[in-house]
Amino acid sequence: MKPITFTQIEGKSAGYWALLGILGAMILAGFSAAMYMEHHGHYVTGMTNQIVWGMPHIFAVYLIVAASGALNVASIASVFGKSAYKPLAPLSALLAIALLVGGLVVLVLDLGRPDRLIIAMTYLNLKSIFAWNQLLYSGFLVIVVMYIWFMMEKRMQRYSRAVGIAAFIWRLILTTGTGSIFGFLVARQGYDAAIMAPMFIIMSFAAGLAIYILVLMAAYGWTGRELGNGVLRRLKNLLGVFVSAVLYFVLVYHLTNLYATEHHGIEAFILLGKNGGGQYSAVFWWLQILIGSVIPLIILFSSLSRQRLMISIASALIILGGLAQMYIIIIGGQAYPLDIFPGMKVVSSSFMDGIPAAYSVSLPEIMLGAGMGFGVAFIMVAVGVSVLRFLPQSLADEVVDPHYVAEASA
Amino acid sequence: MEASEKMTGQSRRSFVKRTVAGAAVASIAPGVVLHDVAQASRDPGEAVTNEIRWGMLIDANKCADGCTDCVTACHKENGVHQLGRPATDAQWIRKVHLRDKQTGKEYGVPVMCQHCEHPPCVDVCPTGSSFKRADGIVLVDKHICIGCRYCMMACPYKARSFIHEDVNDQAAHAPRGKGTVESCTFCVHKVDAGEGTTACVEACQHDALIFGDLNDPDSRISRELTKYPSRQLRADLHLNQGVRYRNI
Repeated sequence: MKPITFTQIEGKSAGYWALLGILGAMILAGFSAAMYMEHHGHYVTGMTNQIVWGMPHIFAVYLIVAASGALNVASIASVFGKSAYKPLAPLSALLAIALLVGGLVVLVLDLGRPDRLIIAMTYLNLKSIFAWNQLLYSGFLVIVVMYIWFMMEKRMQRYSRAVGIAAFIWRLILTTGTGSIFGFLVARQGYDAAIMAPMFIIMSFAAGLAIYILVLMAAYGWTGRELGNGVLRRLKNLLGVFVSAVLYFVLVYHLTNLYATEHHGIEAFILLGKNGGGQYSAVFWWLQILIGSVIPLIILFSSLSRQRLMISIASALIILGGLAQMYIIIIGGQAYPLDIFPGMKVVSSSFMDGIPAAYSVSLPEIMLGAGMGFGVAFIMVAVGVSVLRFLPQSLADEVVDPHYVAEASA
Repeated sequence: MEASEKMTGQSRRSFVKRTVAGAAVASIAPGVVLHDVAQASRDPGEAVTNEIRWGMLIDANKCADGCTDCVTACHKENGVHQLGRPATDAQWIRKVHLRDKQTGKEYGVPVMCQHCEHPPCVDVCPTGSSFKRADGIVLVDKHICIGCRYCMMACPYKARSFIHEDVNDQAAHAPRGKGTVESCTFCVHKVDAGEGTTACVEACQHDALIFGDLNDPDSRISRELTKYPSRQLRADLHLNQGVRYRNI
């Protein structure tokens, strides 16, 4: 087995600067949207007193969840000892940091008072999951930075497995915290379920790996470095397993709700589009299940996945499906009316009790969520790989895996 | 000069009141506190205690159909103005009209912050801005609210509003701020001034709302609560709200 050489990318090509330009423009768009919302107040968005968390939260929570999942590639190498994943580990750690920072920036800029960030950091109510998450997120950044340092610094490499294990455990706790934001909300029919935490963990596996595959393919495709078919095949098969596991959790979540009469209302709302839930059932069946899960699974587990383009399409669809799932959890869960008066029908209310809350996505929310979130995350990766040695010179199959047998079936 | 005399007069009265109260408490058996002492106005620096638990009883039978006097009075008292955008306008109290799905019986009741003993909004607030006073009143500290809206996700009663735009003509006793969350304060400024009532209760011409100390067995609210059954909204959550409903 040849030793693996990690090098920076050159970062001088016109394409590289164009990429930075596009990402910079996305960040600028996100920042302008945040300033616009901050200046006028949130009434200029689609958010209301009924849908208090909108598109920015969908992107922010998705990115935070994906961040912990992106680290899995490194964990497979360090925790589970699969040497074939070792060359993929530094990028995995960088992507994890980048996605987390991207998500957090969105979350902070969507606050009613983002200028009070220092208060959020200095006044902690330790019964609040948001407060736990502040500690979990900052701890994650510290541990993953250490992990990168230990992987890159020869003298520290013997500790890299230990810190890798710590990072893996930490990321499981972190995503438990993110899922529990919803899982612990007793008031709403769509939440208040312990399955939220493990479901978010498995969602993170799929989201993080899908983004990782796309970033890896882009990094190697655009720099002309070699990326072996075997490497991609291993990753795409794993992605298929993760997507299937997400489907299993979605199934169990809905089956549990369907059994209890108390939850029939929300299930009819989300699954059948009853009582004004039409947009949510459409997003669920078309985007989350068909386009975001079933079609990618067919691609990933069929001969279609011999084509790289198809793997990237499947990964992109899985990201879309994941965002759709987040939309249903966050927006759908809020849109379904609170059951304040069980057994009663609300005839009228000035505050829209008893009827599903209307929500229409607004442009500033998308600019902040997608522009700022993905912009910050990917610019950190783009700059990161050009200043530090994150990427192996080659990820050819025989470099990565000495036991690789060429032309193995998909 | 006149102001300072007034101040002196006030603090003298307050001093006398507390001295007498202290003497009274000291001279009566331990554990027995004079009701009048507890109800008296406090000095700004004096902490509230859990000897009082403020609560409200709302009688659906008395609440008149189509009447929204409590809503109008609350919003006037607290400087909550409607801007013609119902989805984002703040509502500290609202009138909800209900129909029993089985019997068809209809009634309306006002709904506001239920001032829970175990408020989910306080649990989830990352900065501790949502808090419960010792006397049971649940409030938002506008100075440390970061506007994350987690409390609004957690409240089972949709009692809270996020301020979606600039606010004008604020009431001095009820500061508001764009980008923060707010809700019914049980007219804490009136309570702290020793008035022992709220704007909505004062406005109700049908005696549908009773405000008072749940810990005092002789208060009107306690007497009414022991006379007939009452209900808490979403009692299954075991939050032990300060607001109770009758005849729903």
